[in-house]
Amino acid sequence: MNQQIPDSNARTAEEFLKGIWRENPVFVAVLGMCPVLAVTNTAINSLAMGLATMFVLVFSSLLVSSLRKVIPKQVRITTFIIIIATFVTVVDFLLAALTPQVHKELGAFIALIVVNCLILGRQEAFASKNSVKLALADALGMSVGFAFALLCIGVVREILGNGSLFNIALFGEGFEPWIVMILPPGGFFTLGFLLLFFNWLQQRRKLV
Amino acid sequence: MDTSTSTSLPPQSDPSSFRLILTLGIAGFFSGLLLVGVYLSTLPAIQKHRAESLRKAIFQVLPGCTEYKIMELREGQLLEAQITEQGSSEGEVLPRVYAGYNAAGEFIGFAIQGEEPGFQDNIGAIFGYEPGEKVIIGFEVLESKETPGLGDKIMKDENWLANFKALKVEPGLEVVKEGQGQKPNQVESITGATISSKAIVRLLEKELAEWRPVLEEYNRRPKVEGRK
Repeated sequence: MNQQIPDSNARTAEEFLKGIWRENPVFVAVLGMCPVLAVTNTAINSLAMGLATMFVLVFSSLLVSSLRKVIPKQVRITTFIIIIATFVTVVDFLLAALTPQVHKELGAFIALIVVNCLILGRQEAFASKNSVKLALADALGMSVGFAFALLCIGVVREILGNGSLFNIALFGEGFEPWIVMILPPGGFFTLGFLLLFFNWLQQRRKLV
Repeated sequence: MDTSTSTSLPPQSDPSSFRLILTLGIAGFFSGLLLVGVYLSTLPAIQKHRAESLRKAIFQVLPGCTEYKIMELREGQLLEAQITEQGSSEGEVLPRVYAGYNAAGEFIGFAIQGEEPGFQDNIGAIFGYEPGEKVIIGFEVLESKETPGLGDKIMKDENWLANFKALKVEPGLEVVKEGQGQKPNQVESITGATISSKAIVRLLEKELAEWRPVLEEYNRRPKVEGRK
């Protein structure tokens, strides 16, 4: 998808939109599975992880893209990692200061954003080769797509596994939560079914 | 950075090692600068949250407690600490407990903090101990990564927490199955969370072994000193 589209605004919009649907990092590219499976047990955790990843991805892409002519290619990966790790640590401190409860729930998975292959992948594949504007559009699109996917999984798992959504109880006393859905296997089940669903949707669109 | 060198050189020539080191050095420098700035600006808020959750937990494990003093173990003596919850500036951290008092200024018990490996990771907990009756009067988990739905019942299961409302520590704690506790020194473990339950009891035993002699000694002293 890198052929030159003449209109620059249309190209920017295109780069933004591709991350949300056609090249969705979770449902299409299946990247960053560690947070996708580990922290999506409630909708709030999913949203927090999605936003934290968005912060890191957008700022890293911004910096990598504006420094792309300065960074020698021999040390580019190391430099990307330094940049990414810095923003991850910033997010870690900010979450601990602003929302200690969410920070406690996400625990080690915040620090693990450093090794989320979605982020390094976007730097290497896109931000280091494109203008700041396009890199920003790409980073925003990809992270919105990632957050959307996390939220889909988190919503399903919280409703079934805890009978609530954003901590608001949905069903009466009679509902017996499916504990398995908030345990790790529930993550795999939900992801599997959602992948099935989104692939089916896409195939149907192709046929039409 | 010297963008002129990279553009004037033909693209296939390698940049010098010096330039590579310089790039990483500069990246590291700015990264460090940013981190120190963010660390310093978020530290007060983070410490406030930590102290706040500890405070809440102390009031939770010492029923009726409205005020507490930090007590430090200095050279075998239990003394009121000179420092705040933020930690001492001298860097030396002495073992500490929290002595709780009710609204009338009467002594309720000590809150003791401890850590013990659970099923996944260290479990951090705090409990209230009354040295006169030799009884545990409250318990709360501060930090745990136990399995959601099973092990994490140690945090909120009501039957389990009821164990620690009046738990005799003599002649020693005993773990029994759920529904079989009869004696006041028995802890009914949680079905499906035996390992987590046993870890908690180990934590209590470890901390009690360390603190009981000191606290009971302190409790036997003339009462004038213990009060404010």
